[in-house]
Amino acid sequence: MAISKARRNGNSGAFPQLEKARTGIAGFDEITKGGLPKGRPTIVCGGPGCGKTMFAVEFLARGATQFGEPGVLLTFEETAGEMTKNVSSLGFDLVDLSARKKLLMDYVRIEPSEIQETGSYDLEGLFIRLQYAVDSIGAKRVVLDTLEAIFSGFSNQGLLRAEIRRLFRWLKDRGLTTVVTAERGEGMLTRHGLEEYVSDCVIFLDHRVTEQVSTRRMRVIKYRGSSHGADEYPFLIDEQGFSVLPSTSMQLNHSVSRQRISSGVQDLDAMLEGKGYYRGTSVLVSGTAGSGKSSLAAHFANQTCADGKRCLCVLFEESPDQAVRNMRSIGIDLEPHMKKGLLRVEAWRPTQSGLEMHLLRIHKLVERYRPEAVIIDPITNLMIGNTHEIHAMLMRLIDFLKTRQITAFFTALTHGGSALEQTDVGISSLIDTWLLVRDLELNGERNRGIYVLKSRGMAHSNQVREFVMTKKGIQLLPVYVGGGTVLTGSARLSQEAREKAADLGRQQETAARLKALEGKRKALEARVAALRAEFAEEEGRVAQMTEGEEQREKKEAKDMAEMISLRASRRIRPDGRA
Amino acid sequence: MRGKGKATAPVKKNIKNGKVEFLELRLYVAGQTPKSLAALANLKKICHEHLNGSYKLQVIDLVKTPQLAQGDQILAIPTLVRKLPVPIRKIIGDLSDVERVLVGLNLRETGSAK
Repeated sequence: MAISKARRNGNSGAFPQLEKARTGIAGFDEITKGGLPKGRPTIVCGGPGCGKTMFAVEFLARGATQFGEPGVLLTFEETAGEMTKNVSSLGFDLVDLSARKKLLMDYVRIEPSEIQETGSYDLEGLFIRLQYAVDSIGAKRVVLDTLEAIFSGFSNQGLLRAEIRRLFRWLKDRGLTTVVTAERGEGMLTRHGLEEYVSDCVIFLDHRVTEQVSTRRMRVIKYRGSSHGADEYPFLIDEQGFSVLPSTSMQLNHSVSRQRISSGVQDLDAMLEGKGYYRGTSVLVSGTAGSGKSSLAAHFANQTCADGKRCLCVLFEESPDQAVRNMRSIGIDLEPHMKKGLLRVEAWRPTQSGLEMHLLRIHKLVERYRPEAVIIDPITNLMIGNTHEIHAMLMRLIDFLKTRQITAFFTALTHGGSALEQTDVGISSLIDTWLLVRDLELNGERNRGIYVLKSRGMAHSNQVREFVMTKKGIQLLPVYVGGGTVLTGSARLSQEAREKAADLGRQQETAARLKALEGKRKALEARVAALRAEFAEEEGRVAQMTEGEEQREKKEAKDMAEMISLRASRRIRPDGRA
Repeated sequence: MRGKGKATAPVKKNIKNGKVEFLELRLYVAGQTPKSLAALANLKKICHEHLNGSYKLQVIDLVKTPQLAQGDQILAIPTLVRKLPVPIRKIIGDLSDVERVLVGLNLRETGSAK
């Protein structure tokens, strides 16, 4: 049965894979590729307070609630009441589970002072109790927490070891997926060497403090019959229980989007081919303190939410309320988005936990809210630990966001004096779009300039633009470039005023010229009119004269004709006129 | 034990302040195993020789009634539990060492037991 099911689950299909029991613990099932070995015992070991019991109880509680596998919790150190109280803070209601017959708790109390040993014995009582508990609820899972306590109760070590060996055999024979917790020992994994009996799966939990910041880590030391992640994985215990941060694949094979999303600043979009960032890429805004990085982030958040998409903001410098108030001063009201549930603002102190914990929290938030954009302001506050670690962890984060097609927007604080094009965390190579906000100090003023340092996959603007924060948000103005320096602020204004004055002068001059020309033309036209009048007069006179002449000639001709007719002589006719 | 000095009396018996103390005993066994049978036989002998009939013995077979194991926190088999007088005492094993059983039942001072 196990084989046929395993075949269905197995990724290769050709070989039967080890059947696994899912724990439901976030991240853990990914590391172990499916959970704990089904029907076999697993040892969870670690120092005091490392979370062994939490792991075990969550394994049971999730098994009972999510996978329909009731479980038996045999505790050797805490009573059922104590245990219930302890894990209720993690969101598990053991009383309810017990009432529904999904969980059975049995506290095995061992009091060495009231026990006297006489002659040979065995631990059949434990087996009977376990058997009874398993049978009464049909348990598939068993937790023994902490089995090693029996070493304190009985003096016959040889017998105990034989019985423990028998116990594991017994659990295996009944196909019970078992978690045995064990205290870490000196020079070996567990104090009493339990690992030599349980050879299927050994998980080691660690709790270490570096620079006053504690980090929990988990390692699968051994997993017989299965491949597993061998790294140390950071994990977290919070109100939702246990969660492990699996390291993401380091392969660069995430799918890319051609979709563009607006930066929230129209002028900035214009610098990025007029469309904004690519969706699912990483954007870094770096600059010195007070250069407007957070404001750019707020614009982006505002735009994302205005487009009806979810956005997650992780702030390390301001509380959510403070951020909302401050952004109102530049005309951005984030509150409606928060009320609508589109914007989620989370803020916590960067010193609160180690780097892994921060990233794990971000992971969890992303998993819970499924945002389309994540803003981290500022990412440089995550600089805890050594550079190599930070680089690796940030790469994990960026990779994680990219695989989920989430646009990541980071701000990075660069210190005055250091090269602006260099981020302290050295993540520039991981970034797709890098905006640089820089201070331009001139004429006793400090103004802001912004430019696109790089933006993969687009023909971005090469201009330095002046970055002005107004009551209506950020505006980017073209800066004045002249004399080898860029002019901003009042220098730019005065230059503009000068230009305007010059323009005005030129305009006035032209107008005057036009006026003069117009006058000239009018004078000319007047003269032309006068000449024309003179000419008309002359013409009239000439016409009059011509008419008089003609009349006179006609009269003369008439007179002549009359004369001729009077004389009646044909020879005297001087011309052809009749 | 119980504030008493080293007694020289080899057997204290279940007598306290002149009154006979009543013992309530439970023997937990799991089936008819040799160990269980030996324990029962040894216990009966001890009771007969040292308790003057002032006791009540109950034998519980956990194979038949496993639910009873939890109440007296039974892990080892066989276990003899002295329910009365308080405090509860447990003696595990086949009860072959009579001296230790008597010490365990607080019928003999620890000092003289060894």
